[in-house]
Amino acid sequence: MIELIQKYGVMLLVGSWPHGQIGGLAATLILAFLGLALAFPIAILLGFARISHFKVLRGVVAGWVVILRGIPLIMLIFWAYFVVPLITGMSVSVFVTCLVAIILYESAFLAEIVRAGLQGLPRGQMEAARASGLSYWQSMRYVILPQALVNMIPSLVNQFVSTIKATSIVYIIGMEELTFAAQQINSIELTNALQTYLILAGIYFIVCLALSYAARLLEARIQKRRAGLA
Amino acid sequence: MNIDITFLLQGQYGSLLLNGLLTTFALFGSAWILGMAVAVLIVVLRAIPFKPLDAFMALFVEYHRNVPTVVQILVWFFGVPEILPADVRAYVNSGNSEFMFATIALALNVSAYWSQDIRSGLRAIPAGQIEAARSIGLSFVQAMRYVSLPQAMRISVPPLLNRSLILFKDTSLAMVIGVTELTYQTKAIDNLTFRTFDVLAFGTMVYLICSLTIMFVGRCIERRYPSPYKG
Amino acid sequence: MIKLEKVNKWYGDYHALNDVTGSVAKGEVVVVCGPSGSGKSTMIRTLNRLEEIQKGDIQISGKSIYGPGVDINKLRASIGFVFQQFNLFPHYSVRDNITLSARKVGGMSVAQANALAEDLLNKVGLSHKIDAMPANLSGGQQQRVAIARALAQRPPLILFDEPTSALDPEMVGEVLAVMKQLASEGMTMVVVTHEMGFARDVADRIWFMDAGEILEDTTPQEFFTAPRHPRSRKFLEDILQRSVV
Repeated sequence: MIELIQKYGVMLLVGSWPHGQIGGLAATLILAFLGLALAFPIAILLGFARISHFKVLRGVVAGWVVILRGIPLIMLIFWAYFVVPLITGMSVSVFVTCLVAIILYESAFLAEIVRAGLQGLPRGQMEAARASGLSYWQSMRYVILPQALVNMIPSLVNQFVSTIKATSIVYIIGMEELTFAAQQINSIELTNALQTYLILAGIYFIVCLALSYAARLLEARIQKRRAGLA
Repeated sequence: MNIDITFLLQGQYGSLLLNGLLTTFALFGSAWILGMAVAVLIVVLRAIPFKPLDAFMALFVEYHRNVPTVVQILVWFFGVPEILPADVRAYVNSGNSEFMFATIALALNVSAYWSQDIRSGLRAIPAGQIEAARSIGLSFVQAMRYVSLPQAMRISVPPLLNRSLILFKDTSLAMVIGVTELTYQTKAIDNLTFRTFDVLAFGTMVYLICSLTIMFVGRCIERRYPSPYKG
Repeated sequence: MIKLEKVNKWYGDYHALNDVTGSVAKGEVVVVCGPSGSGKSTMIRTLNRLEEIQKGDIQISGKSIYGPGVDINKLRASIGFVFQQFNLFPHYSVRDNITLSARKVGGMSVAQANALAEDLLNKVGLSHKIDAMPANLSGGQQQRVAIARALAQRPPLILFDEPTSALDPEMVGEVLAVMKQLASEGMTMVVVTHEMGFARDVADRIWFMDAGEILEDTTPQEFFTAPRHPRSRKFLEDILQRSVV
């Protein structure tokens, strides 16, 4: 196994960069991070819509969330592969296709995290803010959002872990990320499949475990700060 | 865009889709049953006060929660046959090994999550329950079977259900090793007819209907078997 | 200053406030007491529209708070409100808690707001805590900061919703002392509380509420010596048996 790692380590980490595209673990992390980062603003809008007073808006967003959480990511990727070139009128790179699918997919999960964050603060905070004369949006901006965003951090890190795992499927449309790299190695080596795939699993294992652990640490720290104010 | 799905409902394509749907259900069903059995086994094993066993189970759980499901499927399908003795390998390869490996991979994956959910449910049961059970003479296993687990299951229904939904969606991952489930068939029909929009729309509708059904069934179960404790 | 006219509120079918009528003159201190569930918290929260009413009217400084041109945020900025759970903003220092409304709603400059904060903290005896975070303050200190926060709005009227009910007994005194000082300076106050000692010493009038109605609206002397209603008599018996008043 050590020889495999030595021989293909770079490929697994960064794909064919610098001679070609970025691939491997680097591509996985970039895709996951960009996907979440771009989905987050959408999720904030969706989160606010979910707690708004307008029934229609709440219903539409609830429907959006149900649909995106009810179909497999593979389906979304096939949709993106088909629809995106139609909409933009030109051929789009595999990376962009995957990014669009992931942004849509994650927006639904992130919307739930945002909603839980906004509704998770004690009612008294909004009341105290409104009682002192701040408008609804001023209260959101100065009192609710700053606290809610901090409280959301552990959930966001966990969602990042979920996204990293979710990106492992995009190799089937040719996106060069970590699992793609492992498939390439397997087709070169032909034997040692078990070792190759165990290395693949091992890389995901280490990355995801470390991030989950970090999320737990963050959660504990945030809880400690909150507990100071009974 | 003219949406016409009638061609999908009959003849060659209809039977492909039906095959896909049945395979999906079969995969979901077998993985569900096997996964639940393994999950309960893990919970019972981890309740035994034997540190090395618990550590091993913890590793099992963490592996399946941190490695992507599709990678787990790849490890089973491409990797495991290598270490099987020659005659077993021959036997396995002769039959429908994709389905079997996909089932095993999905079942073990879901069992790891479910074992954690059930263990959380166990922790939520007041300690007095076990004390009461032991003091009326039940053995460790009997107390588990008649007192702890039934209550833990009720408490854990929401997360168990949520994970069931994820399991259903994950059956689509089996297509990467050639299992002819629903997503595989929609891709196959697309390759044959190039009527991508129609076939994708149909496949999406089917998944949505199934997801909503699972969520609905779950809601009914929650109402019939509510958690005996608040929250 | 405040006039309630036949105020009615329902939560679904539950009639929380039933034809509540009363008035508070400028500079008066009114203490509202009664058993739990009597509607006292609900009533005081209708005064700054944290709760809405379905029937009746509420007038503050002669104008209905449900009038056509009423800006609800401006209205609230002109009324101070102190909560049972203090509700300080944990992510801001004491200074920022106090100056937030003054800066964002009142349009004060940072320098003006800071000067105001220092002044008010001095008044409640917590100048040395101006840059502390709420998590590092005791309950009594947090509530005093909450009072300073309400005062920063320069309101002609302050509402207190059970200000000491969430405090450990040894801290109740320091908060009541601040409230007594405010009363002696002529602040108009409506206070929902169980602290009968405060009611006897500081209140100009006592409203006794039960089951959504004001059953007594008298001076403290009359209330404590000769309450008219049988339910208020029972309440007093229960309270006086337990308390060290």
